[in-house]
Amino acid sequence: MASSTETPANPASGSAASAGAPTGRVRGVSGNMVTVAFDGRVRMNEVAFVALQTAEGVNARLKAEVIRIRNGECDMQVFEDTRDIRVGTPVEFTGEMLSIELGPGLLSMTYDGLGNPLDQLAVQCGYFLQRGVYLPTLDRSKRWAFSPVARIGQRLQAGNAIGTVPEAVFQHRIMVPFGLVGTAKLIEIAPPGDYTVDHVVAKLEMPDGEVRPVTMVQSWPVKRPISCYKERLLPTAPLTTRTRIVDAFFPVAEGGTACVPGPFGSGKTVFQQSVSRFAEADIVIVAACGERAGEVVETLREFPELIDPRTGRPLMERTIIICNTSSMPVAAREASVYTAVTLAEYYRQMGLRALLLADSTSRWAQALREMSGRLEEIPGEEAFPAYLGSLIAAFYERAGLVRVEDPNLGQARGSVTTIGTVSPAGGNFEEPVTQSTLAVVGCFLGLTYARSYAKRFPAISPTDSWSKYIERMRPALEKNYFAGWVDAIKRMQGIYLAGQRVGDQMKVVGEDDLSLPDFVRYLGSEFLDAVFMQQNAFSEVDASPSNARTALLLQLTMAVIDQDFGFRSKDQARETFTELTAAFRDWNLAAEGTDDYATLLTKIQSRLGSGGGRGRAAFATA
Amino acid sequence: MRKVYTRIDQIVGPVVTLRADGVRYGELARIRLQDGNSTYAQVIKLRGEEVSLQVFAGSKGVSTGDEVEFLGRQVQLAFSPDNLLGRTFSGVGEPIDGRPALQGATDIDIGGPSFNPARRIIPHRMIQTGIPMIDMFNSLVKSQKLPIFSVAGEPYNELLARIALQAEADVIILGGMGLKYDDYLFFRAQLAPSKERTILFVHTAADPVVECMMVPDMALAAAERYATAGKDVLVLLTDMTAFADAMKEVAVAMEQIPANRGYPGDLYSQLASRYEKAVDIEGSGSITLLAVTTMPGDDVTHPVPDNTGYITEGQFYLKGGVIDPFGSLSRLKQLVNGKTRDDHAPLMNAMIRLYDAARKVRQQQSMGFSVSAFDQRLLGYASEFEQRMMDLNVNLNLTQQLDLGWEILANHFTEAQTTMPGKLLVKYWPKRAQAA
Repeated sequence: MASSTETPANPASGSAASAGAPTGRVRGVSGNMVTVAFDGRVRMNEVAFVALQTAEGVNARLKAEVIRIRNGECDMQVFEDTRDIRVGTPVEFTGEMLSIELGPGLLSMTYDGLGNPLDQLAVQCGYFLQRGVYLPTLDRSKRWAFSPVARIGQRLQAGNAIGTVPEAVFQHRIMVPFGLVGTAKLIEIAPPGDYTVDHVVAKLEMPDGEVRPVTMVQSWPVKRPISCYKERLLPTAPLTTRTRIVDAFFPVAEGGTACVPGPFGSGKTVFQQSVSRFAEADIVIVAACGERAGEVVETLREFPELIDPRTGRPLMERTIIICNTSSMPVAAREASVYTAVTLAEYYRQMGLRALLLADSTSRWAQALREMSGRLEEIPGEEAFPAYLGSLIAAFYERAGLVRVEDPNLGQARGSVTTIGTVSPAGGNFEEPVTQSTLAVVGCFLGLTYARSYAKRFPAISPTDSWSKYIERMRPALEKNYFAGWVDAIKRMQGIYLAGQRVGDQMKVVGEDDLSLPDFVRYLGSEFLDAVFMQQNAFSEVDASPSNARTALLLQLTMAVIDQDFGFRSKDQARETFTELTAAFRDWNLAAEGTDDYATLLTKIQSRLGSGGGRGRAAFATA
Repeated sequence: MRKVYTRIDQIVGPVVTLRADGVRYGELARIRLQDGNSTYAQVIKLRGEEVSLQVFAGSKGVSTGDEVEFLGRQVQLAFSPDNLLGRTFSGVGEPIDGRPALQGATDIDIGGPSFNPARRIIPHRMIQTGIPMIDMFNSLVKSQKLPIFSVAGEPYNELLARIALQAEADVIILGGMGLKYDDYLFFRAQLAPSKERTILFVHTAADPVVECMMVPDMALAAAERYATAGKDVLVLLTDMTAFADAMKEVAVAMEQIPANRGYPGDLYSQLASRYEKAVDIEGSGSITLLAVTTMPGDDVTHPVPDNTGYITEGQFYLKGGVIDPFGSLSRLKQLVNGKTRDDHAPLMNAMIRLYDAARKVRQQQSMGFSVSAFDQRLLGYASEFEQRMMDLNVNLNLTQQLDLGWEILANHFTEAQTTMPGKLLVKYWPKRAQAA
């Protein structure tokens, strides 16, 4: 860059007293990147504000993050529209890394990628977002019923509970700040009572005698994992999503990771929304990263109305939405996935099961690419930066099942399960984001055009997808469904594949040249697909079947496939399977306990031999 | 008062660079050419004293000694709610219909900030177009953004014009980018009957490339004003690939590192910031956006249609002169088609499933295989479906479309073969003797 020879306005010579917040002046602007000449000490990923005045005389302080320091100047990504910035515009550094506030009151909120509450922004600014307006993440006026947990004199470490406050259906732990190094002595603790988050609820004495006040809110740099747990554990239990094809064939582990790539129009969003509603997690964090605003809106408007059957409370109470949609500033999009995973880790630290849905990690990767381009870095494949793979790996590694140990509250298991969607360019899974992601996740749920074209939803490919967790979770899965479940699933997978091979053959040789047993095999495979793998996400009943119902459905499906109907012609076989498919599909839509449910089940069982009875027995015992 | 600079150091493509100070990022400048004409330019990069400007009219004829004056404001559109209707403007918002400049207009910013997602509402108002492949199979919803994917030879502008005439909207804003002059004349003639609700922003293929990039922002800035004033606005853009190509041209001139097939790395964000202007404002108006995106070489994986597909709420595929039912998708249709008639969604799904089956039979047939009795039914169904529903000239209301769907099914299948829910069959299956 030609500019490297230019002399910064303030050469870093007089930096002796650099402890105070340094200041700088803008030297260049290109898109959302500004180059700043600074005086004093500047830190990587430090937050700074560009203090500009618009042509109309309006003052605005635009938040920015230092992403490169070079030749005595730093490059910053600005989290806002950069118009009106001039060369010479002052910049105020904060010395703090990009952080998010953690504390009670996060649940059921909607934030932008930087943790600004969008509802409050709307109250202040109206319909449109306004640049340079930042609001505190947590409500300052709300009071929380604090109950002390720790005792005076106790030696505490980062992440240990000082007290709890009730939030939604949980006991939200107020913890020793995660950044505390070593052990500190509790010398003061507030009595039970209602306090705001800023109230000092405890005082800690450090070994050097320094006294640190602790409030209910702490700040944590989003790009650093929270790791105050005792140990990381191997995930052995499934995180039930209520999407049958996933739970049965490609289960996701609690504390595991999954990647959902799919071309546009393959139903990624519907799948995502279904998981956010029905997944068996305590906390669901939806990171709408660079996607359509419209998708978030459904969650936003519907979740407060929907009741979570397991808690009897609105679904919104277990949900946090990080919403940095595609038209919002791209640098904040980059930050949004980190903000989201930090929130998930925060709740994991309390012994809760957090599920992070990141939609879409490709948009995040594109934000990285945009910045990399502005920095004029040497591009890697498809112009993505060379460090893309390691950033993706580090992001997914923040998921995990952990054991937390608390001197007063005992042991607990907490988890962060990350399901990231990927939007591969051109639907081509060979592209860098998909490939870097597949290298680090435990479960691959590939959505395909072929299935969505044929309206087979969810369009998760039964042939391409995989889960590395299934063997490891065998005992847990058999407990959830029935003994022999995993083997049954594997047998069904074999039957599916064999039938599909016949189908492929049929495309080449035609139906006539196919033997009747082969044809029946094909029909069986299609039947399995139609009644078990496909699922109607828009039906209240079919969208979230219970484990018992899924077990029964599999038993009945197997009974159909295993039954010898004694067909004499292909048309007869086709008719039988068509009829059974219709009956099963109707039954899938019928709520348990209704007349329809019983009638259709009887109808199905009447078509089956002993298999149907087996199914009923399994249902009774499940 | 304002400082005038008289030395341009560099002219590359539509980008000129000079030394100046106190310049704002994004600021508008006027360049006075030697021949006495002047053109506008916008600041797109600052680096020390070096200021890079993209010249709206292109750099042809710009000399190193031309006068550059910075205007101290951003690019704006002269807006007047009553006087804009019926008018035609260039990409930079200047009237090109031979009529005088706007009276009583106020200058408004373009490319403004994003609508707060927390203030959005779930789209719920369907827009009927009379076209079965839209209304019945992929309903268009107010505030939806949908591209029309097609190749160069398809009648996409005709389709756009038809939608403009038949669709329910208070204001229609057409943004033409890289239009052939013939197409411009075509739109002017076609939309003449609804002139009093129509505004045109037109960039023709012969106009400077930078003006092409301004068209969506101009059109959408105007749309936002109408929508916040309670109007339902339909914005029609054609062709977004020309817009993306214009961006590519400027990015290359700026020596930016290209990401994919020469397009800049921020293509997705640039497209998204325009498409996301589509909105339904609670208690007020709405913006619905339909944008033609031509696919070079019929390749949907080309960066422009590919990125578009991820931004928009579905897409219409125009193929062989019809809206292809497999490639087309309105993601918002289930928000409205559950409220139309109880058979709408299941009927639509069944018809598509059977049409898909018929398509496979056709493939097999073309390879010389004999077809079964059931396959014959599928083939008969497919051709009737194509003739009576897919043809773009069919103009029916939704009830008529649904009734026609049942009629076509009953002409070829038994009730069970449709695999439709039993309840609906009882209610809607045409009561008459089965066709052979």
